[in-house]
Amino acid sequence: MLPKAKLWLALTVAAVSMFSTNLQAAWDLNMPQGVTQISRETYDLHMQILWWCVAIGVIVFGVMLWSIINHRKSKGAVSATFHESTKVEIVWTIIPFIILILMAIPATRVLTQAYDSSESDLDIQVIGYQWRWEYRYLRQDSLEEEVSFFSSLSTPREQISNELPKDETYLLEVDNPLVIPINKKVRFLVTSNDVIHAWWVPDFAVKKDAIPGFINEIWAIVEEPGVYRGQCAELCGLEHGFMPIVVHAVPQDEYDAWYAGRQEQAVAAQAMSNSAITRDDAMAQGEAIYNRTCLACHQAGGVGLAPAFPALAGSSVVNGDLTANIELLLNGVPGTAMAAYARQLNPVELASTLTYIRNAFGNSTGDLVQPADVNAILEAQ
Amino acid sequence: MSAAHDDHHHGPAKGITRWLFTTNHKDIGSLYLWFSFAMFLLGGTFAMVIRAELFQPGLQLVEPNFFNQMTTMHGLIMVFGAVMPAFVGLANWMIPMMIGAPDMALPRMNNWSFWILPFAFAMLSSTLLMDGGAPNFGWTFYAPLSTTYAPASVTFFIFAVHIMGASSIMGSINIIATILNMRAPGMTLMKMPLFVWTWLITAYLLIAVMPVLAGVVTMMLFDIHFGTSFFNAAGGGDPVLFQHVFWFFGHPEVYIMILPAFGVVSAIIPTFARKRLFGYDSMVYATASIAFLSFIVWAHHMFTVGMPIAGELFFMYATMLIAVPTGVKVFNWVATMFRGSMTFETPMLFAIAFVVLFTMGGFTGLMLAITPADFQYHDTYFVVAHFHYVLVPGAVFSIMAATYYWLPKWTGYMYDERLGKLHFWLSFVGVNVLFFPQHFLGLAGMPRRIPDYALQFADFNWISSIGGFLFGASQLILLVVVIKCVKGGKKATAQVWEGAQGLEWTVESPAPYHTFTTPPDPKLIHAQ
Repeated sequence: MLPKAKLWLALTVAAVSMFSTNLQAAWDLNMPQGVTQISRETYDLHMQILWWCVAIGVIVFGVMLWSIINHRKSKGAVSATFHESTKVEIVWTIIPFIILILMAIPATRVLTQAYDSSESDLDIQVIGYQWRWEYRYLRQDSLEEEVSFFSSLSTPREQISNELPKDETYLLEVDNPLVIPINKKVRFLVTSNDVIHAWWVPDFAVKKDAIPGFINEIWAIVEEPGVYRGQCAELCGLEHGFMPIVVHAVPQDEYDAWYAGRQEQAVAAQAMSNSAITRDDAMAQGEAIYNRTCLACHQAGGVGLAPAFPALAGSSVVNGDLTANIELLLNGVPGTAMAAYARQLNPVELASTLTYIRNAFGNSTGDLVQPADVNAILEAQ
Repeated sequence: MSAAHDDHHHGPAKGITRWLFTTNHKDIGSLYLWFSFAMFLLGGTFAMVIRAELFQPGLQLVEPNFFNQMTTMHGLIMVFGAVMPAFVGLANWMIPMMIGAPDMALPRMNNWSFWILPFAFAMLSSTLLMDGGAPNFGWTFYAPLSTTYAPASVTFFIFAVHIMGASSIMGSINIIATILNMRAPGMTLMKMPLFVWTWLITAYLLIAVMPVLAGVVTMMLFDIHFGTSFFNAAGGGDPVLFQHVFWFFGHPEVYIMILPAFGVVSAIIPTFARKRLFGYDSMVYATASIAFLSFIVWAHHMFTVGMPIAGELFFMYATMLIAVPTGVKVFNWVATMFRGSMTFETPMLFAIAFVVLFTMGGFTGLMLAITPADFQYHDTYFVVAHFHYVLVPGAVFSIMAATYYWLPKWTGYMYDERLGKLHFWLSFVGVNVLFFPQHFLGLAGMPRRIPDYALQFADFNWISSIGGFLFGASQLILLVVVIKCVKGGKKATAQVWEGAQGLEWTVESPAPYHTFTTPPDPKLIHAQ
């Protein structure tokens, strides 16, 4: 082999091996067809418009290219003097107009279907928070135990900071996925608790903004069981890139079993919510919650990101009066990015988090906060 | 011309005062163009940071908060600092010469409208050094992220936007006053070069929508500092109202950045095809139609906010209609090239690339107009690819085409054609490697404005980044070409280009400091 060719081969191999770690499903070129009727029709519409554009492009750019090749001065071309033709102008106004009508008809049909969210089998409220989603299954019967939970990114921070190798579902994994039954019309009522987010699952062809003060409706009838992943689509601040959506679509009986299990868990958590916890348990659980929920703003080591996100290390609140600290965590700080956690975490989690922050990062209040302390303040409110 | 009098007004003043106190349209045009190029490099640097962070999955170089500041500042600086001032600079230089006027109608205001810009952008850029950092809520600054949840520097951002708006409004008033009052005898409206026509319409768009932008940032200011709740749902306000007001400005703004580009390309293609523009009248009407339609399509940026279906349908149909006048323009350019006698100097290369790549951006624009499909495209890299195709190989390429086209007229010397062509080809390859893969990323599901991404997006991202670095580095060639050309080179003739038509080509190169102190001979004014 020639030395030059060898060099090229070596460079190519190096380039390929450099990037081949990420090769799985890496060359997706097109929109997914998805797993709902609407998503397939959206895909068809997308392809139809794309082919129209390709056809128009081939003709227009074809004429242009032909002119560029043949009508050049270097080839002795002499410019023609033709100029203005009402007939031609009318033709190239009318034809695009007709093509647009041909595009608008199927677009209107698909949109009308996608907008019909009536007669759902199951309603789920989707609430955007900085930077996680809450799912609340709306009850048919007010006596039923409510199923609702928060869904946060579960990809370890070490993978994001390149200290650990990345999983296949890097940034697309959550602690509590949304579970829905297949072949049922599930309606999502989308809103937000703080800034505008957007709930998007490409395989369902649904994307809707989650806007504080508004409730938007979308729906999906998922036909294939599976795990479907999406992401927040509207810039919502610091961790916008880190609030994925994971939906498990399962057969009805599996769904029913999961739902019943969730209800039992809710009852159990309720029962546990006033029992005392040990310092070791509180510190361990608190650290886990801190890393999942608080770290983005207050940062590792509680150093914060001044001035928007204050440090917890040495903070006068965290080292000060416990009641004030509990109230701040429960109610947030209006007008800032500090959210109210009264609903986002249960009393055991709240107490553990407080114990952790009041005894970590060099803070040494020595407090062991109990769920009862939190409950007392919750009830007083 | 100036020999008859001998007071100091005839030549430029010496030193820095020439530039500080100048009321000369050519000096002010140069100031705008240099300023725009500086902002282009600054905004481009921010883009390089973005592409470097996105080169591989994981966070390598910057924190998410700083990444958001980069996307925000990149957008604001490119739109308000690079593209808009560049077109105002071209207008200043060329409009008086094209219509046979001695200067702009309001020269002192002209000075003022330029000189407030550096202060606005100094203030905007200084937010990067402030506690809490620069604006980090995207160049579209949706409330309440930009109000309740904004860094403290948002107030400086609001003030900077107010100043930029004032500058644009003053510039527009000046352009309209000049075009309507100062045309040479014989220069009827329908004999004006298309660049003048497109700028006349653009100036009206600016006057119509800049106050709307000022209004929306003022509402933000009140929400932040004076306890109002325009956009705060908890106080009875409406976050969607922000988007309606913003995009009522924002969509015409898109055409503000592209209509003058149409004018530039409509000047260059006939010159190098050595053939009259195919349909001048229909080009004027198409420009006016696009300007009208730009006011009734704004909510196509908001298809996912949950509008009623009647609203979605109206904005879909209205948006699709824009394809008709835009098509008329593209067909006209192609018909002008057809059976011409073409040569391919750098301005022509940029103009042809403009027609092809802008049209590709137009195609994706049409796809985005289709509401149900837009639900999949919205806020993904497909949108990023779309608007960068219309803005970079669209608006920016037209500015570069205009620079190469008129540079000999401005400096009196021919630029280095070999370097110009090198600049073109590197830019052309770079811009496509940069933005074409972003279509695929968006379709595959990558949201925009994220500092890190899932692994299936890795390959197209590194390709895009390499294209970005190539495109970014290539722009330094333009700087070299311009500096070389200012310093010297082959002497340019008055005509410069064999096929060039119009009054600006009847004066010597470089154009004298004062042109048309007496009106040009009406016989020199031809039908377009």
